[in-house]
Amino acid sequence: MIRACTVDELPPGESVRLPGPPAIAVFHTEEGELYAIGDTCTHQDASLADGWLEGCFVECPLHAALFDLRTGMPTCLPAKDPVRTYAVVVDEGVVYVQGVANEDAA
Amino acid sequence: MKRIAVVGASLAGVRAAQELRAQGYDGGIVLIGDEPHLPYDRPPLSKAFLAGTASRESLELLDAGDLASLALDFRLGVRATALEPADRRVLLSDGTSVHADGVVIATGGRARTLPGFEGAHTLRTLDDALALRAALVPGVRVVVVGAGFIGAEVASTCRSLGLDVVVLEALAAPLERVLGPSLAAVCARLHLDHGTDLRCGVQVAGLSPAGVELASGELVPADVVVTGVGMTPATEWLAGSGLKVGNGVHTDEGLVTSLPQVVAVGDVARYGGRRHEHWTNASEQAPVAVANLLAGHSGQAYLPSGYVWSDQYSGTLQLAGHPRPDDTLSFVDGDPSSASFVATFSRDGATVGVFALNNAKLFTRLRRQALRRPATV
Repeated sequence: MIRACTVDELPPGESVRLPGPPAIAVFHTEEGELYAIGDTCTHQDASLADGWLEGCFVECPLHAALFDLRTGMPTCLPAKDPVRTYAVVVDEGVVYVQGVANEDAA
Repeated sequence: MKRIAVVGASLAGVRAAQELRAQGYDGGIVLIGDEPHLPYDRPPLSKAFLAGTASRESLELLDAGDLASLALDFRLGVRATALEPADRRVLLSDGTSVHADGVVIATGGRARTLPGFEGAHTLRTLDDALALRAALVPGVRVVVVGAGFIGAEVASTCRSLGLDVVVLEALAAPLERVLGPSLAAVCARLHLDHGTDLRCGVQVAGLSPAGVELASGELVPADVVVTGVGMTPATEWLAGSGLKVGNGVHTDEGLVTSLPQVVAVGDVARYGGRRHEHWTNASEQAPVAVANLLAGHSGQAYLPSGYVWSDQYSGTLQLAGHPRPDDTLSFVDGDPSSASFVATFSRDGATVGVFALNNAKLFTRLRRQALRRPATV
């Protein structure tokens, strides 16, 4: 389990990049959900933590591939392969990422 | 509609086929492509694929699962030679024809060539890239004619391969007509900082056995010459179709031609007098064109994001919107001499463009917020 940040450091609509390896992006959606995915776009070397968060999707900042934060699946070209997803837990105001990828998103 | 012919099997055609299925069309889709290859992505052809660091397989736009779910009837390695709307037929170069109730024109175009440069390399197709890559052996001297995006990316890749590169540009600075003088100077600096011999304001005369002859009479020695001077929309096959062509296929704002069952997408589509030649446009036009094709009328208008990117040397360049060189340029982060910066173009008090060098995060925020478009759906 990796400590990401405190809940206060990650307001809704924001993201944080954990350098890794593997680099992981943690998102706090406007709806209040926390998600963690592999930070590197599967299309080309770009940090998804730098992307545009909309609902539970993040758009890659380079070529606008869209990933579903819940599943890691890309919803449009140019990405074709999913990013890994990670479970997020909050304990006493601190956000943690669990280091094992979810089975359904491998 | 029982069968739709998509003419052109690159990004715009593939995206149209994907959108047809996504929007519930379950009839036949015939995907016609004049290249023998399954659909592939072109941007890496001047970058990682040319450098040899991206595989052929990585270029595929559709994997096995996509191919199975889209259920496309491919006609590859054949050109469309005519559209006969009265008979609802697309004629093909192998003598066959496709009967279709609807047609998506996605024929893109060909790399332009310059008079006197017959036999020089151009770069648009996979085969072009393979031919150029084979020529880029150690020690060759490369001359690139044209410092636009393709020319700059080819020059950058050649430098990464350790080759000597001269870039010849007719304008006073690269991309000056798109970006204006300050940002054009940044592009020039990228070339010079990475050892490319950029020569601007140069008129070329033609190829000679020893290299490139300039209008001044000077010879620029070269073993490999690449011209990157734009493209010509592929519309010849539409002669006699009744469709209006001229610098592309003319459509309304919803990408529908004068025939409601024929739409156009990608580099070839001239909608409302405008035409764009980039990846994002080819991808973003598909949902609108397909919706209007299936509806039988032009109910939706296409709103372009104008987003383009280019990787040159150490720089990731990103541009969004439709700026003019005379717009007011303001630096939001950094300045033109920085290794990374973000600038906006404004006109009449409104932000009309965003440009960034190596700052994808801020660029994306401004692109999505300052340039936010009305919803298209």
